[in-house]
Parts: sequence; structure tokens; C-alpha cells
Amino acid sequence: MAYSKKVVDKFEDTLNNPQAFKVGRFDPAELNVGTGMVGAPACGDVMKLQIKCEPKGNSHVIKDVKFKTYGCGSAIASSSELVEMLIGKTLEEAKAIKNIEIVEALELPPIKIHCSVLAEDSIRQAIEDYESKQ
Amino acid sequence: MKEKNNTIYLDYASTTPVDPRVAKRMMEFLTPDGEFGNPASRSHRYGWKADEAVEEARSHVANLVNCDPREIVWTSGATEADNLAVKGIAKFYKTKGNHIITSKIEHKAVLDPCRQLERDGFEVTYLEPNEGGIITPEAVQEAIKDSTILVSIMHINNELGTLNNIDGIGRITREKGIFFHVDAAQSTGKVPIDLKQLPVDLMSFSAHKTYGPKGVGALFVRRKPRVRIEAQIHGGGHERGMRSGTLPTHQLVGMGEAFRIAKIDMKQDIEKIKKFHDMFLDQVNDIEHVYLNGDVANKVPNILNVSFNFVEGESLIMGLKDIAVSSGSACTSASLEPSYVLRALGRKDELAHSSIRFSFGRFTNEDEVLETLSILKNVVERLRELSPLWEMHLDGIDLDTVEWKTH
Repeated sequence: MAYSKKVVDKFEDTLNNPQAFKVGRFDPAELNVGTGMVGAPACGDVMKLQIKCEPKGNSHVIKDVKFKTYGCGSAIASSSELVEMLIGKTLEEAKAIKNIEIVEALELPPIKIHCSVLAEDSIRQAIEDYESKQ
Repeated sequence: MKEKNNTIYLDYASTTPVDPRVAKRMMEFLTPDGEFGNPASRSHRYGWKADEAVEEARSHVANLVNCDPREIVWTSGATEADNLAVKGIAKFYKTKGNHIITSKIEHKAVLDPCRQLERDGFEVTYLEPNEGGIITPEAVQEAIKDSTILVSIMHINNELGTLNNIDGIGRITREKGIFFHVDAAQSTGKVPIDLKQLPVDLMSFSAHKTYGPKGVGALFVRRKPRVRIEAQIHGGGHERGMRSGTLPTHQLVGMGEAFRIAKIDMKQDIEKIKKFHDMFLDQVNDIEHVYLNGDVANKVPNILNVSFNFVEGESLIMGLKDIAVSSGSACTSASLEPSYVLRALGRKDELAHSSIRFSFGRFTNEDEVLETLSILKNVVERLRELSPLWEMHLDGIDLDTVEWKTH
């Protein structure tokens, strides 16, 4: 498995220090929490992403994020990378995040690009869930 | 020399290091002061000496599996031996019939030649294993047709370590006059093999799974009752016309020496590895939701295939970075398919994705096994903390009832 050093480091950091890397969960019933879960165990990866937001002007800002990921090292690293990008962003800015940014940040090989796509899908779903509650 | 390496090697089913005693012997057949001659040279001492060494090596191989040395054909490895057996029989006996029986859990070295034969007009039946990973004689019996010419079933499965009843299968094929090939790449030095007793017509061997060098193997081709095969490599008629090409003396000496040592050391190797196996199994069962793949009552102790539910195999391997093991999940391939062997057992895909093969060998020691167990427990726990599936499980959610948003 030819993983980039960035993937390996991100995976290991997340594994060894889960709290610092936002592994965990919020109560999905809370009104200021949006939850997205994508993937399937049979496919080998499932990502769950939760955002905690608050209104700011005309928009909403992501104040905190929690995630859990079942998947290969790249999937875990991709989730962790995405989580770092999200904090402090407005929902519009978060929606504009493209999987290619994760691919580039982690130097994902072509066969692992689906991990970044999954991460992108997870934030879209989390935002959808949040917006449906407002 | 290579850099200092602290990685614990538990991937002996993939390959073994060459035993230093074997490497020492091989060195004697390479350099100008050694016996470097071409064994096919009949006109001088160099050739005679190399030929002598090759024939001695052939006897060592034959001796380990109790057959006549004249029944051993050298090949470049078990893959070539499997190809030669399957294609060689199919092509030689194609006028007798066109049906071949094999199984879904064979090595690719048997499956891919079978696929090729299908393209050439042969019909192939791929038997399902039972849930313990065993191909039963009854399953073979039921698949036999009038047009069946060959049955190819492995002895020990490389992913699971499960052991097929080749004696039982051979009795059936012998009675029906069908040829029986056995891939025994994982067997030598692990279980006794007696080809005088076993009703097997062809058997493939590998050197590098038994502390010999890579790039060399052999095919047993029975003389009585006689088995004939069509050669797949032509060019000089070596190996009684069945496999041409200059014999690599040092490689064959290496395989011979490795098999000679295997005969002597087998008992103590097995005893030691059995102890590690039992210790490992006992402790790994302390982890919740762990499944042993393959029938534990019917397997070799050197291979342990375990699924850790709610944890994905590739991330587990990455977490176990100081331990060299194999994953049943082939997530590195573009297809993202979990192991075809585990799927054939009827394991759920997620369990197939979460499997790891640990394989012990002659140079494994108790400290390594204990350290592996300790690292393993820690990494599984950490990955579960990261796993949304584990969280759902703890919340009492049945994962089978969830509607997943696949991508």
C-alpha cells in the first residue's frame, strides 16, 4: 500500500489522539446539530459527520464538528482532513468545499479518490440535515 | 545490508525467509569456485556435478512427500506447476472430455488457468466451500459429469489454513478415472504428505513457503497409473519433455535442502506453532466480536484468519504498522472487493472487509506473539472508538436493518 506520508501521519495522529482530532458525537436531536452519514459497511467505508452551527448575520457558521469513520486509512484521514477545513466556515463556504481539496491536501492516489468524494458527500448531508431543522 | 527492522513478521503464508542453512548450500552452486555448471552438459565434469546436485535435490523433494524422484518435474514455482497441471491435462486429454471441477477458494494460479481454458472452450465448475471453508468429497462427487477429465482442489487454503480431505476426494476421482490435481503450495513442512498412499495424480509445490528460495517449485506427475500432460514451455525437452529450460541448479539445491530440513524439523516446527496458535486464539477471543474464519477443527495452526467486526481491515493493517500481516480485504485494488475466499464462505461483506491473516513460522518467537496480541488489542479498541458502526452497535442498532446511503 503506497500511502503518502500525509495520509499515514493524519491517520496515526487521529488514531492516537482522537479527542484533539474531533472524533466523537453530538446529540443528533439538538436543533443546532446537523448529521450526515454516507457509505455502507459492505463497501468498506462509512463516514458520519456532525456539525454544530450558530446563526451569524444572514448565514450560519460551523462552530464545532465531530466525526466517526469506518474505513481504510485514507477514508479516516480524509474525514479528519475535512473536519479541519470546516470549523469557522459559513454553510455556504462549507458547501463549496470540493473533494479535490482533500485529494491535494493528502496526496491521495487515484484509487483512493472515492474516500474524498465520500467526505464531500458527508458534509453536504450534514448541512442538508441542519438546514431542514431551521 | 538492510536497515534495522523492528517489524514483527507474521506473514509466513505469503512467503518465508530462506533458512540460513539453505542459503549456505545454494551459495556453493553459483561462483567460479563452486559447481556452476549446466546440469544438461553431458560432456564434462562441471555438468556432471551440477546434474548430481540437481538429482540429489529431486530426491529430497520426493522424500518429503514419499514419491519416486522421477515423478518430480521442476518448475519456476507453484504458479507454473498449477498452470502446467491444469492446462497440461486439459490439453492432453481434450478428446476424452472438456469438463473441469475446481473450487471458488483456489489460488489464482488455478482459477486463472481455468478461466483461460473456458475461453478455449472448456467447461469449468467452481465448487462452493462449506461455511467452514472446506470443499467436501460429496460436493466433488455431485459435480462429476461424463465429460469430467480433471478435478483440481487445493490441500491447504492459503487464506484460511483450512485442510481439505484430499484422500476422500481422490478415492472418488480414482474410481471414476478422472485426474486429480492438488495445489499443495501451503502444505510442505506443515502436514505429512504420503503420495504412495494418497490417490492424487498431480501435486504442486513451492519452495518459498517452506524456507527455500523464491522462483522455484515442482509438479508431482504420477507414473503409476501413468499421467500425461502437454508441455506448456518448449525449448530443449528438459524434464522428460514436460518442462524445458536450463535447470537453475542453485534454486533446485535450495528447494531440495529446504525440503530435506522440513522433513527433519516438521515435528518441532508444528509443536511450537501449535502452541502459539492456541495462545493467540485464546487471547484474541478476549476481544469482543471477533470471528475466526475457517473451521478451527480442520485447519493447520500456522494460519489464523480473524475478522474484527466494526473495524475495517486495511485501517487495521495500517494501525498494526509494526506487524507484517495480510488483509483479506483487497481494498488496494480498484474493485474494492473483499476477499473472494471469505465471500465464498458466506461471510457478510463487512466481516470479509475486516479480516486479517496472521501466519506463524519457524522463526516466530513467543515474545513476538505476545507483543502482537498487545498491539492488536490496543489498535482494535482505538479503531472502534473511531467507528460509527461500533457506536451504532453500542446503541443497540442492528446494522442489518439500516438503510445505507451507498455511493
